[in-house]
Amino acid sequence: MSPLKIFLASFLVNNIVLMRYIGLCPFFGVSTRFSTSFGMGMAVIFVMTLATLVTYLLYHLFLLPLNLLFLRTAVFILVIASLVQLIEMFMKKSFRALYSAMGIYLPLITTNCAILACTFLVIDYKYSLLNALIFALGTSLGFTFVILLFSAIRERLEYAEISPAFKGYTIAFISAALVSLGFLGFAGLFGISL
Amino acid sequence: MKKLSRLSYLWNGIILENPILILMIGLCPTLATSLSARDGLGMGIAASFVIIGSNIIVSLVRRVVPENVRIPVFIIIISTFVTIVDYTLQAYFPELYRVLGVFVPLIVVNCIVLGRAEAFAYRHGVIDSFLDGLGKSLGFTLVIFLMGLIREFLAQGTFFGKSLGLSFLEKQGILFMLFPPGGFLLIGLLKALVNKYIKRE
Repeated sequence: MSPLKIFLASFLVNNIVLMRYIGLCPFFGVSTRFSTSFGMGMAVIFVMTLATLVTYLLYHLFLLPLNLLFLRTAVFILVIASLVQLIEMFMKKSFRALYSAMGIYLPLITTNCAILACTFLVIDYKYSLLNALIFALGTSLGFTFVILLFSAIRERLEYAEISPAFKGYTIAFISAALVSLGFLGFAGLFGISL
Repeated sequence: MKKLSRLSYLWNGIILENPILILMIGLCPTLATSLSARDGLGMGIAASFVIIGSNIIVSLVRRVVPENVRIPVFIIIISTFVTIVDYTLQAYFPELYRVLGVFVPLIVVNCIVLGRAEAFAYRHGVIDSFLDGLGKSLGFTLVIFLMGLIREFLAQGTFFGKSLGLSFLEKQGILFMLFPPGGFLLIGLLKALVNKYIKRE
């Protein structure tokens, strides 16, 4: 696949939230406000691309030559957790404005399965380093795009009259089903299958 | 008195504090791997093994693990169990492993596992932690299995891959249920039922 196709596939056709069902907890938890969604989205773009780069190099330079593949899960999650901690400390010191925008979302990202899933997927797909980074960028932009889109819907839903049993999460699920149905229409775009 | 309260862990996990339908955590595997009853049950058992195992080990080491480094220690314990599940499925159930795919290693970031270790097992004894883990995993497995059952029935008219003689569903199944929107819709409807009939005290 060409880099452009990889980008479009990860951004729209195989959107990580709506098509793959990954990263649903932050998606439903944070998308109640546009501003919080924006902070979360920015943090995901930043951490996902960086985490994919680091784990990809670690996997191909250490785990594969040393035949330590069974340590993959443990190493990846620990690397991501410490990377997030490092980024948080670095930002707090050097980039105050950026830190105040996405700072509180950084610790939450450690348990965001979208980050870990992305690092596993680029290895399962046997991508080159460049393609892996494009995939990570496309995936994280897709996450941000969908969470922003969805937060706009949920801000509107707050003022809608909904039957009590459907309030809160329930109507969010039903709305997600409709948005996801829309995204199903992207299947086959430029010959990219689901 | 003691026996009664211990049994309530099970009841709490399955109904009153059901991880998926009441606490709304661990949604990703629930929606992604409930395409058929067999897949749902497989994922449920795999996750249950990790939840119960990590609950027991965390409870055993709770006195020697300092408060400051508890989260990395939990993560190591959990990822050990996930690796065991990962390799066991690969060796003995290759077909199931292919279907579950990336969601097997992703059990490590399932909020239920870390949530129970932090909120319960780190502060309670081994037997209590085991029962709590058992209750929460039963609640999780039950919902994911139920969703798999419904989605498989509506889409293919089958039960565990066996024909039920409903030729109209087999020929013209509601394939929508197998696609991503179907999963969101089904869990929305289940949550609405829960909201209506089960009140949280």
